[in-house]
Amino acid sequence: MLRLDTVGQHYGDHQVLHDLTLTVPDGQLLCVVGPSGCGKSTLLRTVAGLLPAYDGTITLDGTPVRGVPDNLAVVFQDYARSLYPWLTVRENVALPLRRRGLPRAERRAEADRILARVGLTDTARRHPWQLSGGMQQRVAIARALVCRPSLLLMDEPFGSLDAQTREDLEDLLLEVHRTDGATIVFVTHDIDESVYLGDRVVVLSPGPGSKVVLDLPVELPGTRDQITTRGLAEFVALRSEVGRAVRNR
Amino acid sequence: MKDRQERLLLGAFGALLAFGACEAVSRAGVVRRSYLPPASEVLARAVELAGDAVFLDGIAVTLRAWALGLALACAIAVPVGLVLGSVPVVDAAVRAIVEFLRPLPSVALIPLVSLLLGSGTETKVALVTYASIWPILFNTVYGLGETDPLAKDTLRAFGFGRLSVLLRVELPGTAPFIAAGIRISAAVALILAVATEILSGFGEGLGIFIAQAGLATDGTRDVLAGVVWAGVLGLVINGVLVWGERRLFPWTPGRRGVG
Repeated sequence: MLRLDTVGQHYGDHQVLHDLTLTVPDGQLLCVVGPSGCGKSTLLRTVAGLLPAYDGTITLDGTPVRGVPDNLAVVFQDYARSLYPWLTVRENVALPLRRRGLPRAERRAEADRILARVGLTDTARRHPWQLSGGMQQRVAIARALVCRPSLLLMDEPFGSLDAQTREDLEDLLLEVHRTDGATIVFVTHDIDESVYLGDRVVVLSPGPGSKVVLDLPVELPGTRDQITTRGLAEFVALRSEVGRAVRNR
Repeated sequence: MKDRQERLLLGAFGALLAFGACEAVSRAGVVRRSYLPPASEVLARAVELAGDAVFLDGIAVTLRAWALGLALACAIAVPVGLVLGSVPVVDAAVRAIVEFLRPLPSVALIPLVSLLLGSGTETKVALVTYASIWPILFNTVYGLGETDPLAKDTLRAFGFGRLSVLLRVELPGTAPFIAAGIRISAAVALILAVATEILSGFGEGLGIFIAQAGLATDGTRDVLAGVVWAGVLGLVINGVLVWGERRLFPWTPGRRGVG
């Protein structure tokens, strides 16, 4: 369980987050929505321990978060910058396993297993920059999953992909979530995406000092489908509700 | 591809034109032959020198000092650059010294170093090393500063510590910058190796050959043939290093394949 209690974060004098309280139960896929500049990414980086300090308390399974928690993985929007061009796809994916002290052969096998899962078996020996954007983001997702994280943070991961690729990756993520059951915090500015993916959607107010303005459980069928789910009356109603909260009407 | 051919062709044309002009000026008697021998004679002499064992030994001596100095410069500049680039306190402390030493023309140090170390290999290597350190050092520091923060954050988020970030992200990310620094230094190193030989005037080496030819009557042809050799060496070294960079760092901007 991830708990944020009156969390604040600022860059110098600029208060980005203020008094944010939020609890994410194990295995939940939480989507965080808000207008640009509302501090979504800051929230994510704070939880990831990538920013030096914060006000309030963050606990993960009861332990206060100091620095980067174990069993954490992050996927950023900008795959081209977060994948390492000097490593092959397989080496990129196997990299997090180095911290586990696994022997080379096992790292390789694990990387191949996870690459097969995201449908990239044939690209293992290529380099990220030789792949399309969608494939690169698949590599980044594979790399995030390779250590079987209990908490997966995603910062607008599909924001720079075309619609078709984006839908494919959304479904891949749902499949991964169903099978692995990791807790996922998914930051996006896309209202449709948040409702389609989330077990729950949280809307942040525009900054500075963002707060939770809507906390909405998404009660849609567990197995979702790009065409039918998006056509459901419940989906449309939820989308409108989130949309109103984002636009503050 | 067509662009490349065109450029090669234009380059060859330009070289031919310059060659022809030198040839014509000399043959027409505009300047005295002993001042500027015809280009064809200089070239013929340069080719002839390729079969001269003593001359080739000299080239080997020069290149040895060049290689040793450049290697030492890398061994010093890369680690120092990594420290300067990643520990701000050290950078601030050393910055003043570096900024004082850097603009000193290395050639001006030749007499001083010769005085201290004599006129042998040690002097050459010391000067080559000194001059070659700067481009490599500055490129290393600059490259580190250019490391993408997101690339570092990614590794940190997987739980890696600072040393891992340095070795697994910053160093490989900086490698293309370091390589470019080495390529610049390679040219500087050749200048220093030859210049030191010319100024010290004893021993063996390409610079010695040029210096001694300069003293002989009608030595201009040999001087110029030696210069041609120096130019060709520089060209070949640069070509090999550029090729190596392309092979080693195919992802750097401009060479990146389309996905």
